[in-house]
Amino acid sequence: MTDDARLKADSLTLAYDRRVVAEKLDVRITDGSFTVIVGPNACGKSTLLRALARVLKPQAGAVYLDGNAIASYPSKHVAKQLGMLPQSPVVPGGVVVEELVARGRFAHQRLLRQWSPEDETAVAEAMRLTEVADLADRFVDELSGGQRQRVWLAMALAQQTPILLLDEPTTFLDLAHQFEVLDLCAELHEEGRTVVAVLHDLNHACRYATELIVMRAGEVLAQGAPAEVMTADLVEQVFSMPCRVIDDPETGTPMVVPADRHRRRGARMAAAGRASS
Amino acid sequence: MSGQGTRVVLRGGGLSIRVHLRALAVGAALLLAALAIALVNLSSGDFPVPVADVLRSLAGRGDAGTDFIVYQLRLPRVLVTVGVGAALGASGAIFQGLTRNPLGSPDFVGLTVGAATGALVVMLILGGGGIQVSAGAIIGCLITAAAIYLLAFRRGTQPFRLILMGIGVSALLEAANSYLIYRSHLDEALAAQVWLIGSVNGRGWTEVVIVGGTLAVLLPVALHYGRHLTMLSLGDEIAVLHGVPVERSRAVLALAAVGLSAGATAAAGPIAFVALAAPPLAARLTRSPQAGILPAAAMGAALLAAGDWAAQHTLPGNDIPVGVVTAALGGVYLTWLLFRERGNRG
Repeated sequence: MTDDARLKADSLTLAYDRRVVAEKLDVRITDGSFTVIVGPNACGKSTLLRALARVLKPQAGAVYLDGNAIASYPSKHVAKQLGMLPQSPVVPGGVVVEELVARGRFAHQRLLRQWSPEDETAVAEAMRLTEVADLADRFVDELSGGQRQRVWLAMALAQQTPILLLDEPTTFLDLAHQFEVLDLCAELHEEGRTVVAVLHDLNHACRYATELIVMRAGEVLAQGAPAEVMTADLVEQVFSMPCRVIDDPETGTPMVVPADRHRRRGARMAAAGRASS
Repeated sequence: MSGQGTRVVLRGGGLSIRVHLRALAVGAALLLAALAIALVNLSSGDFPVPVADVLRSLAGRGDAGTDFIVYQLRLPRVLVTVGVGAALGASGAIFQGLTRNPLGSPDFVGLTVGAATGALVVMLILGGGGIQVSAGAIIGCLITAAAIYLLAFRRGTQPFRLILMGIGVSALLEAANSYLIYRSHLDEALAAQVWLIGSVNGRGWTEVVIVGGTLAVLLPVALHYGRHLTMLSLGDEIAVLHGVPVERSRAVLALAAVGLSAGATAAAGPIAFVALAAPPLAARLTRSPQAGILPAAAMGAALLAAGDWAAQHTLPGNDIPVGVVTAALGGVYLTWLLFRERGNRG
């Protein structure tokens, strides 16, 4: 079967214990795309990402990598193909930055191949790209949220996987660092990697994504290029928020401009009226 | 200089090994210290033997009298001490790594108490002795481990849940142990109580074989999964993402650690605090976030050898069980740990 999606999900039921987040969810991640998943809080976007990275086992359905169920591969094999920046990893006490990034090479190492020249280059390169080389000797638990975020990103980059998933990579970062991380993702994408990110900011999403996946309440409402997908109607449908979508004066990509406070309140009350009748 | 110190990489023919220099030095120094103390223990006692004579005897060139003292009276005890210390240290390092908690050691999560229950059942109900007691301890330890696992791991793996469950189970088993002792005859109760303190007095070659065999089988397994333990300490999510077969690694490591502490308890009784204290102490000396299994094992061996020396020499003419010494030292250590925790938070 030829397919342009190495990674896809088929009829997933995702749940934490008994709380079902999504049912019968189908998703295809186009190879070589920079896919951004957007949607309101608790719509299941992070849950979907965790399932795609096999961190969360679906209750039904399966995630497929290269045509086979992702669970059927040895864990190390998958870890060489697919990496992920999780949302809030446990911060280890007493580990310095360089050591943590170096642990990102685990999948490439064996008992008697603990530190190859490739390992060394990969770690140095990952630390350079994320600009944490200066922090190499600092303890991870003493860093600021933003620095820590870049260190975790470096660890994921050191893994050197063709597919990279990022769960809200811009949280904790100031505006300049947000764009640095997004630029970095764009560069990785240009180098040929498939990048999938969960983002909150629709304008960031529209600027950087080659493909958007718009989710609400565990369902994919739309998938496609930002220019085709991102409309005022969709934003109102997904976020219950009136807005205008104009061209970003800088890039020409869609830009979401929320409606004035008074107009939004009117819309909210109208929606509430509809719901109660 | 970085907190982790220098690493040296040895490469050749596509193979490479990375050694943490400081860990290597500390491990070697601790091992030497353990052996030196062991040698002192071999030479001292009711019949003092000069160290030179001990060495001659160990080299197979001693006289019959010295050979008897060294090989029959003292060497088994010294080997059991070093072996039990190493097994407890390694077991503690694995448990603390898996639970990500300095209190997650086999004596805290009830494994040694369970081993004691097994041994007491053999001693006081079945009327067995010697190797049967050891077998009882191993079975008791394994059953306790299985029970804690079933109770704590029902819904996913939460390290803290495991520790709480272990503390609960160990309280229950303590009650059972007290009852077993209460209902038995005075002389049996005394023997059982002495066993419960944990001691290497009068240990022979049988116990050497038990703890040596345990180490020979389980230590290599644990070391093979040592790098997995380092990854697991970053949390399950990161471990999965980087290709650790989390369920399997954790099961293998936990089984190895249970086996190591079962073997140690079978040989010397439930010796307290070595498994708790050895790994963090080794971690401090190696300046690493968590103790490697080998440095922790070397630290355990050195601690117990020193403890046994103290047990033989602190009270003149009195050979007290080493468990008394480790319990006393452990109490001091735990108090210090709590003070330090409060200092960090305050």
